[in-house]
Amino acid sequence: MSQSMTINLKIWRQASGAADGGFVAYTVENVLPEMSFLEMLDLLNEQLALKGEAAVEFDSDCREGICGTCGLVIKGTAHGPHAATTTCEVRMRHFHDGETITVEPFRAKPFPILKDLVVDRTAFDRIQQKGGFITANVGSAPDGNAVPIPKTDADKAMDAASCIGCGACVAACPNASASLFVSAKISQLSYLPQGQVERGRRALAMVTQMDAEEFGDCSNHGECEAVCPKEVSIENIARMRREFIKGAFGK
Amino acid sequence: MSSFRSLAWSSVGKKVITGLTGFMLIGFVMVHLLGNLTLFIPDGGHGFNEYGHFLEHAIHGWLIYAFEVGLITIFIFHILAAVTVAWTDKRKARPKGYAMVRNAGGKSRKGLPSTSMIVTGITLFVFVVLHVKMFKFADHPAVTYDGTTMKNLYAVVVEAFKQPLITGLYVTVMVMLGFHLRHGFWSAFQSLGLNSDRYMSTLQVLARVFAVLFAAGFVALPLFLYFFADAPVPGGH
Ligand code: FES
Repeated sequence: MSQSMTINLKIWRQASGAADGGFVAYTVENVLPEMSFLEMLDLLNEQLALKGEAAVEFDSDCREGICGTCGLVIKGTAHGPHAATTTCEVRMRHFHDGETITVEPFRAKPFPILKDLVVDRTAFDRIQQKGGFITANVGSAPDGNAVPIPKTDADKAMDAASCIGCGACVAACPNASASLFVSAKISQLSYLPQGQVERGRRALAMVTQMDAEEFGDCSNHGECEAVCPKEVSIENIARMRREFIKGAFGK
Repeated sequence: MSSFRSLAWSSVGKKVITGLTGFMLIGFVMVHLLGNLTLFIPDGGHGFNEYGHFLEHAIHGWLIYAFEVGLITIFIFHILAAVTVAWTDKRKARPKGYAMVRNAGGKSRKGLPSTSMIVTGITLFVFVVLHVKMFKFADHPAVTYDGTTMKNLYAVVVEAFKQPLITGLYVTVMVMLGFHLRHGFWSAFQSLGLNSDRYMSTLQVLARVFAVLFAAGFVALPLFLYFFADAPVPGGH
């Protein structure tokens, strides 16, 4: 039986998007080191429910780091202090007994707060709808190697495609830029033959939508790559710019 | 489809403009530093004055005008694009900030050079204006070499750098130039899409080397004049 811990929390609470918010302090007892951060918050919510208080709202779905639904700023870092992890993969053993942890929602104008720690990330969907797709009817699955793709291109496409759209890049960017997300989506398709048809206008359309959503611009700080749970590289951002320049000067 | 102008002033367009003008400014600073190395020649300013005279009169004085107009244009675009990125758009995109921010570390390139770009940049701009006022629009005494009379810019420069306050300010601002280049140099490649994981570490090393070389060169000049140049003859030749 592992040692249970007491954790102090400072959590951002906000009744609705229109309401004013503020930090509320909580203490959670009997936290086990092997619990995930979200399980610790579940424990807090059980205690709140017993007291008849409103639960702290936060997003989660798969709780195994593959869906991109969860996302909190924990102690000043998106998805917490550990690299290459989503919020749901953060374990309480990374914190010590009696520690005070500040928990905030992802903050960006295009990610409006819905309630407490839950933000609306549909801006990402609207960007995707502008160009993160292919129009070719690819039919049923082709034979393996019927369409030759160099191994390095396939790998790069896969690396970009590992983006789960959690929005941590926006949350961590000092400018609240969505460049890493958008560039991952643009890159992924630019490496593959199926993505060539719309290649010229894809970057232009998606960047234009990114700007319309009022995300900030990139200053090449690279905080996005450092917090990305899938370690998507900022080389994709350079590639997005290449695609954009080609698109702008192309036909 | 968007107009070319709106694409040029989009978030990515502004990066391309900042990077492109940044490269041009780096080129200018490089030529400027190389030219100023004539100040190190112990010839009482002959070489430096000849260099200045050449610049002012090349192609009947058109060269310098063309460069000045070009430089001012480049500066304006560089500043406008960068200030909207790092100041206005940034504030709009996150109206309410975090209570706690900690740098993520790891692969992040965020640090003093990257976060102070706007401060070092604005300081450099103010500096350039004062620098031009101080040396270009000064009252230059005349000097004659082999029958050619020209401006004795050297005398003005030495007189300025014999003042500890001016030398101190120059050294400070040139260290800031080093910081600006530390982030700006590799950033320009990244902004123009001329980067990938393969080149990243090389670019980071080059950025450090460039930053140190430029800062050291421009710091050495005023210090050299302060400590080693002969005080100018009052009234010149
Ligand atoms: S809940 Fe699915 S990634 Fe965290």
